Amino acid sequence: MVANRSMPTNTVMEGSVRLNAQYNGSSFFDLLRIEHPHLLPDEAVWSQAALESIPHGTTVLSMKCADGVVVAGDRLATAGHSVASRDVVKVFATDNYSCMAISGAAGPAIEMARVLSVELEHYEKIEGQALELEGKANKLSQMLRQNLPAAMQGLAVVPLFAGFDSRRKTGRLWKFDITGGRYEETEFDATGSGGIYARETLKQFWRPDITRAESVVLAVRALTAAADEDRATGGVDLERGIYPVIKICSGDGVEDGVESEIEEAYRSVVSERRNGEARA
Amino acid sequence: MSAPFYVSPEQIMADKAEFSRKGIARGKSIIAAEYSEGVLLVAENATSLSKIGEIYDRIAFAGVGKFSEFDQLRKGGVRYADTKGYAYSREDVGGKALANEYSRVIGEAFTRDPKPLEIEIIVAEVGDDRWDDDCRNRLYRVTFDGFISEHSRFCVIGGNVDDVEGVMSGEYEEGMEVGSILRLGVRALEGGADRTSSLDESSLEVSIMRSAKRGRKFERLSVEQVRDLLTN
Repeated sequence: MVANRSMPTNTVMEGSVRLNAQYNGSSFFDLLRIEHPHLLPDEAVWSQAALESIPHGTTVLSMKCADGVVVAGDRLATAGHSVASRDVVKVFATDNYSCMAISGAAGPAIEMARVLSVELEHYEKIEGQALELEGKANKLSQMLRQNLPAAMQGLAVVPLFAGFDSRRKTGRLWKFDITGGRYEETEFDATGSGGIYARETLKQFWRPDITRAESVVLAVRALTAAADEDRATGGVDLERGIYPVIKICSGDGVEDGVESEIEEAYRSVVSERRNGEARA
Repeated sequence: MSAPFYVSPEQIMADKAEFSRKGIARGKSIIAAEYSEGVLLVAENATSLSKIGEIYDRIAFAGVGKFSEFDQLRKGGVRYADTKGYAYSREDVGGKALANEYSRVIGEAFTRDPKPLEIEIIVAEVGDDRWDDDCRNRLYRVTFDGFISEHSRFCVIGGNVDDVEGVMSGEYEEGMEVGSILRLGVRALEGGADRTSSLDESSLEVSIMRSAKRGRKFERLSVEQVRDLLTN
């Protein structure tokens, strides 16, 4: 997501309407790159030594369910071995039918989610028609590709993208690598420092016919398992009342998981574990 | 060597204005009007090429005249609003500043370019009922020469403006419901043009912005929704 420095500098003030603009397409990201490069991050002078000082997001996951797709993330951000924030949000609704979950360098990742959500709205307004879900995932890939120079210096952004495909009437999800590689998953995926543990739990309990309520419980179970094994993952913090963010994308749009529901799921996961039983 | 013709500035401006006016009067009218829940925009338009569009959370755009010209202005407005909202915050994007920008750009084109724009536009902003300092609706009209004016209750562009405004001011009441304001708008549009058949849902483009709605307030009404409102 780095501005194109090789372009001639003819930065335009953001407060003006222009009839003869240089850029006339429907992408907000390209509009920023071409007309307002100063609004995009410049990581040319980034030093590796500063890496430990910036917050990193940890575990996020996504899985298909009967109604569509569920996206969840814990709330912890770490900087080196310290807690940077206990209640950071890593799952964002990018429009009415899609969500992006981020892991990696929190600053650039959160900004990328912000640009993507403006991008989707911008395209819809300019063209008079929203992008298809696959088009949205593809756009995120392009943004990641632009971020590659920063990723090579350690500021990697590793997102999950999920949403409800209104044409195919199904939930879909994609994972990405730092080069913008885009891989559609048919069942579930998890990423971030605790992603491997979350994925193990998902692999064990996920079924193709999992209901929406069951998938919320499974998301909590997977994040709890990740928090157990990975010190950088937050899980549920009952003491402070901090719960994972869970979003459900279905034909009705994106809905937030209710905190009381998440708390109840957490208590049942903990009590099952105490009693030595485990169900999805 | 032949001397260039001298044409007085007054004559140049008058000719340009005449040229633009003719282009705009050939088209059909659009009305933006305040109603009990917010702002409604209605245009006579049976095609899928929209004359009314969303700019931002609380701002809508409507244009008459040459499609390519006002649509370019609409897109410019979306670029302006999205960039501003991204650089600052969503609440910093306001209708007044945008209408002023349009006025500047259109006015500049009128004086500078050999061919002026053959368009007239409305920038409608709906109030947000959460904010004490920003709960009023605002309707701005910008004409082909960049002249900007603010209107309360309703605002008309294109076609036979005087006749349409005549019907509107005769029957408009404060706090009309969405159905009544739409039916009044349609009567006014019908009064503004000689026609053999009356307007129905298939020949109307209708959008509303409700002040109580959160986030993006602009909604395009479907043919079914318009039919229901017309027959109620």
